[in-house]
Amino acid sequence: MSSPATQTSGLFDCRDAYVKTLEALGAADERIVAVVNDSVGSSKLGGFRDKFPERLINVGIAEQNMVGVGAGLANGGKVAFVSGASCFLTGRSLEQVKADVAYSQANVKLCGISSGVAYGELGPTHHSIEDVAWLRTMGDITVLVPADPWETEQCVRAAAEMDGPVFIRISRMGVPALPRPADAAFTIGKAEILREGGDGAILANGTMVCRALEAAEALAAEGISARVVNMCSMSPIDEEAILAAAQTGAIVTVEEHSVRGGLGSAVAEIVSQNTPCRMKILGFAGFQPTGSAEFLMEYSGLTAANIAASLCGLLGR
Amino acid sequence: MPESRPRSGQTLAERAAFVREQARWIRKRALRMVFDARQGHPGGDLSATDALAALYFDAMRYDPADPRWVARDRFILSKGHATGALYSTLALAGFFPQEELTTYMQPLSRLNGHPNRNKIPGVETNTGPLGHGMPVAVGIAIAAQIDKADYRTFIITGDGELQEGSNWEAAMTAGHRKLSSLTLIVDRNRLQQGAGTEDTVGLDPLDDKFRAFGWDVVEVDGHDIEALLPLLDGSTPHERPLCIIANTVKGKGISFMENKASWHHGVPNAEQYEQAMKELDA
Ligand SMILES: Cc1ncc(C[n+]2csc(CCOP(=O)(O)OP(=O)(O)O)c2C)c(N)n1
Ligand SMILES: [Mg+2]
Repeated sequence: MSSPATQTSGLFDCRDAYVKTLEALGAADERIVAVVNDSVGSSKLGGFRDKFPERLINVGIAEQNMVGVGAGLANGGKVAFVSGASCFLTGRSLEQVKADVAYSQANVKLCGISSGVAYGELGPTHHSIEDVAWLRTMGDITVLVPADPWETEQCVRAAAEMDGPVFIRISRMGVPALPRPADAAFTIGKAEILREGGDGAILANGTMVCRALEAAEALAAEGISARVVNMCSMSPIDEEAILAAAQTGAIVTVEEHSVRGGLGSAVAEIVSQNTPCRMKILGFAGFQPTGSAEFLMEYSGLTAANIAASLCGLLGR
Repeated sequence: MPESRPRSGQTLAERAAFVREQARWIRKRALRMVFDARQGHPGGDLSATDALAALYFDAMRYDPADPRWVARDRFILSKGHATGALYSTLALAGFFPQEELTTYMQPLSRLNGHPNRNKIPGVETNTGPLGHGMPVAVGIAIAAQIDKADYRTFIITGDGELQEGSNWEAAMTAGHRKLSSLTLIVDRNRLQQGAGTEDTVGLDPLDDKFRAFGWDVVEVDGHDIEALLPLLDGSTPHERPLCIIANTVKGKGISFMENKASWHHGVPNAEQYEQAMKELDA
């Protein structure tokens, strides 16, 4: 396992960490196979294919088939990493994910590539801002939304180690390596406190975690101490960390996902039934207009400035 | 509106010459859109252009001033990524101003990377995920059958796209119900996103597959306008749904793009763009 301390600055495409880890796992365990839908390039699996040609199964442009084939491979003793654009992997194959993978508890690892609005100008058909909501409601599948290369690697390793269905939501958008102590550990179901703070809490996952940290930095300059919690594990979710965040009295959630059914909803489900506190849910309101990923995030207020302003709003400042 | 089409009173050669000129304009405009936007799908734009031009500038009945005219012929671009060609065609046909093509994929533009019927007049259904056009077209054709209406429905699918099972479910329904108002054009350029169709998941023999599903099948050179027109203009009656396997060249008309998977969503640099425009003008 690479030490988080070795990370440098700059922006990373988490697909690189995904395929690097998968190639390493594939070399050590020949049960590991990859299943794709004409998506070798977009999943960056060319290297895996060259190393293990027989273990790369391209079923063509056929996502329902792809997920079902993944379940069949699992039945035959393989550890199937099923990899494609998240919008099609989840949306097109939703019933296969539900019946063949989650309900059947098949040992399938669904890797949703270029999730969120990474496909920008290609529009709502290619955006994947509903995937966490759809899969989270099934309960019987682990849902992970890593925020940087290190966490992506941990997710892929944890998925390979456990027996059962997992969905990993992988972005292609550049993210920085998050600052972490050298002994940082990743555990499914555990939230990660990246910054302590008591005036309010920002709960984020995926590409929004770095923006949440930036917001907390800006708030600190104004004398507001905001906790930043990385909610990579969406299912199971860390109730304890959420209830502790609620103790601060104000929670802003931020996700590159619809405001309906994702992180904000998951947090609200827990907070509202235990220790209600003031909340603001940041995300996308629905189908997005034309624009680049960066433009759309600005357009919907998924910026450090708006995260900070939202927490100020909750605090009445 | 239909009377204004140049078809009436013209020879097949004259009609084809007219369509060919529209196709040249569409190719150039589509390429400029991709060049300016720095993204798009030029390979699939160029292979589908001749079929699009044949439909909109000869075969189909429509009124750009009344895009949802009930009696219009319907067209669905199931391979929704070919918007460079589709938008150029719709603008040339008068559905929206040609100047708007410069906004392709710009922030808040109507001209998204994949077509949206609620924003762009002339678009029948929103496509982008492959394998959606056929079922919708089948539904339209069933509605026409119920209403005894004489409008026709045309679809263009990619060939790689036919790996999606939904196409075959729809094909089975269409064959079973003898939906003769339905015409499918398969843009058979033999390439998908990453590689050749036959190297990925083979489709051949494609004609036999459609015949087995209850369709009439013809195979043509998809860039031979004179061969396409009689198949599309209603002069070749068919009792069953018609599948036209249009053998095409991905990147057609630009030497360095032709038959190369990398131009599926490649974007030309300035030098390549200049050369491409010269070739399209030749
Ligand atoms: C359901 C779905 N899966 C994957 C994609 C990604 N994709 C876009 S175009 C394409 C290749 C299409 O190949 P083909 O149908 O042959 O079209 P053409 O060669 O005419 O461009 C793929 C895989 C998609 N748009 N929809
Ligand atoms: Mg093709």
